[in-house]
Amino acid sequence: MKKRGGERRKPDERLVAIFARHRGVRSELIPLLQEVQGELGYLSPDSMREVARFLRMPESVIFGVATFYAQFYLTKQGRHKIKVCQGTACHVRGGAAILQAITRKLGIEAGQTAEDGEFSLERVACVGSCALAPVVVTDDKVHGAMTPAKTERLVDSLRKPGSHPK
Amino acid sequence: MTRLATPAALAGWRKTLQAAIDPKKPKLTVCGGTGCRANGSVELAEDFAKALHGAPDRSVELKLSGCHGFCQQGPIVLADPEGFFYRGVGLGDRARDVGEILEETFGKNRPVARLLYEDPRTGEKIPRHRDIPFYAKQHRIALRNNGRIDPNSLGDYVAADGYAALALALTLAPDEIIASMKKSGLRGRGGAGFPTGDKWALCRNAADRTMRHVICNGDEGDPGAFMDRSIMEGDPHSVLEGMAIGAYAMSGGICPAEGVIYVRAEYPLAVQNLGAAIRDAEAAGLLGDGILGTTFNFHVKIKEGAGAFVCGEETAMTASIEGRRGTPSPRPPYPAQRGLFGKPSNINNVETWANVPPILTRGAEWYAGIGTATSKGTKVFSLVGKVRNCGLVEVPMGTTLSEVVEGIGGGVPGGKPLKSVQTGGPSGGCIPAAQLGLPVDYEQLAKAGSIMGSGGLVVMDEDTCMVDIARYFLQFTRTESCGKCAPCRLGTRQMLLVLQEITAGKGTPAHLALLEEVASAVKVTSLCGLGSTAPNPVLTTLKCFREEYEEHVNASTCRAFVCSAMVSYFVEADRCIGCGACARACPTGACRGEKKKLHVIDQSICTKCGSCLAACPGVAAAVYRKSGDLTRREPQQKRPAAAKAA
Repeated sequence: MKKRGGERRKPDERLVAIFARHRGVRSELIPLLQEVQGELGYLSPDSMREVARFLRMPESVIFGVATFYAQFYLTKQGRHKIKVCQGTACHVRGGAAILQAITRKLGIEAGQTAEDGEFSLERVACVGSCALAPVVVTDDKVHGAMTPAKTERLVDSLRKPGSHPK
Repeated sequence: MTRLATPAALAGWRKTLQAAIDPKKPKLTVCGGTGCRANGSVELAEDFAKALHGAPDRSVELKLSGCHGFCQQGPIVLADPEGFFYRGVGLGDRARDVGEILEETFGKNRPVARLLYEDPRTGEKIPRHRDIPFYAKQHRIALRNNGRIDPNSLGDYVAADGYAALALALTLAPDEIIASMKKSGLRGRGGAGFPTGDKWALCRNAADRTMRHVICNGDEGDPGAFMDRSIMEGDPHSVLEGMAIGAYAMSGGICPAEGVIYVRAEYPLAVQNLGAAIRDAEAAGLLGDGILGTTFNFHVKIKEGAGAFVCGEETAMTASIEGRRGTPSPRPPYPAQRGLFGKPSNINNVETWANVPPILTRGAEWYAGIGTATSKGTKVFSLVGKVRNCGLVEVPMGTTLSEVVEGIGGGVPGGKPLKSVQTGGPSGGCIPAAQLGLPVDYEQLAKAGSIMGSGGLVVMDEDTCMVDIARYFLQFTRTESCGKCAPCRLGTRQMLLVLQEITAGKGTPAHLALLEEVASAVKVTSLCGLGSTAPNPVLTTLKCFREEYEEHVNASTCRAFVCSAMVSYFVEADRCIGCGACARACPTGACRGEKKKLHVIDQSICTKCGSCLAACPGVAAAVYRKSGDLTRREPQQKRPAAAKAA
């Protein structure tokens, strides 16, 4: 194998395992980033550099794709991910008040992660559960027919260690 | 699963499967769609399984099906052979519901009354699925199997005549299939309504004869629409069968074909069920190499989207599949000439693909006999918002909006007047209540300034501010604009800024003219459909609800009490009983007062969340809100009776 210039740290073993499942062609870029994020929780600068090396593509292209799609996070995410749906059906049924309540409760804005690393808050544009509007998704679990008070209780229940609300 | 080596083997297997179905056998079908899962339907099914396991004398078949469409009533359980329809099962005492359903339904052959659907108008309990107006008035073709079969069972799909259309297609000449699609009048269900048969013909006849890519667009991005999710989750084989037929029709005798299903990242269950369906179909010889013993090969891969609305546009989607930023490209060349990896490609929406198999088995004439002169067949709508019966509704094209919203949807809850129906998502428009007689097809909706779109119908009542709705959609399209072309990138931003000024109470009459000017320019100059349709919500609301805009800019009034900068909350002195409910509900401490004494709201720190109004008990009804002339702040003013509405 041709030696590349410069000092290089050994790549993360988790990334090596992911790369082993791919051929290294461009059309695998998005699935690769998805798998890397699935493993690391976000796309670190180092991981994007490794993906660039693996695909033999400029880092700027990887960065361009990673920042284009809403799914990719470039910063570390909280232990619980809270998504507040702001789709049309949720908007019409008071989704804004839910987002307001949760913002107040967590003390962070949408798109931010709490300092203690417990929660990340995100506004999403429709999770396809419109009949249950307004909807909040916590760690991939959908909660329907939310009210500001119910939302606050939901956050409280997530704070308890090891408990997930039914 | 042994491979089905011939069409006769498939037919034989189907016969065996169908013969094994006993219509008199007790059967429980628990809905496993995303909506019902959110309310605990999977745990409910497990409890049923445990209860049945403990009672081996009862041979009740248990099934976890796809979405029934009546998501609001979930979790839904169907009990055959009687066809009893239970709603909200397990929301209260799950063990009791499970016990009673088994005991009453199968033990005593009568329904559990408290779990039945109740007609919101008459209060009458309706025991049977087929008698519920929500279902009785539908005509289900694309949703034919949804809620009836187990999406993870290939046998269920085959028993419901699945893959019969593919077996038939492989005996026909590709051109015959395309002619049949043209004759059926099927048009793209993703929004634009391009005739499917013509699209297939363009791809088949493309000059490049080395490869055909057949793509399923499952990037359902319109907020408020979820029919594609339900089909992919609840009946994945119907999509695969449609794609295989399309692939054969477009590539047969010319070149190989490959399939891709592009699914939104937000739909994990769809990815899971489609993946299982592909594996099962390949193992059975219904996909993959040498389908049903012929020389036709067709492999399908799933690509998960990564969260970009614009990827629903064909050229942006192919860019995304290739691993690039999902930005659209100028057309021509159309994907049919040069699409994915530079090869001729066909992209159809999930619902379109699901319509293909029945068109072949039941005939193009049958399909063309449903619908209107220019729009054939049925369309699935996701009926959501301020409507009693939310869910998926499949009706023939040409059905009036009022039939869908009032007849099937049961109208607006709480007896409030309906203000508008929004169709077509962020690319569509708002249709005012006066035009509810509109028969829904591609042309009629376009005439009303809206579009069919993917079929979202969001019902709005008088609590919805139309200016705020326009602002809401612009916020969405501005965020989702990919930034490639200037009209969309800058135009959506400018329209949003103007709308934000208006909803913040800083609007002027000149803003309305500016909005119209920018909207018209964006509409005609944008590169792709996202930009050219983004002004629709602005233009239709300006046209049909201009008086609301004028109230905002001239009188600082939001009649729906949505634009909080123009709304204030007060406590009426002679009605306040000093119960303190408002103070306890207030998140900012703006609402204060001593026990048993008058409470007041400090306007300087009030965030206008409305919690006090919702908390104020009905006996007092002392909290009220006002929009408009805010200089007169005296709370003694008599409040109109209708103002206490939350």
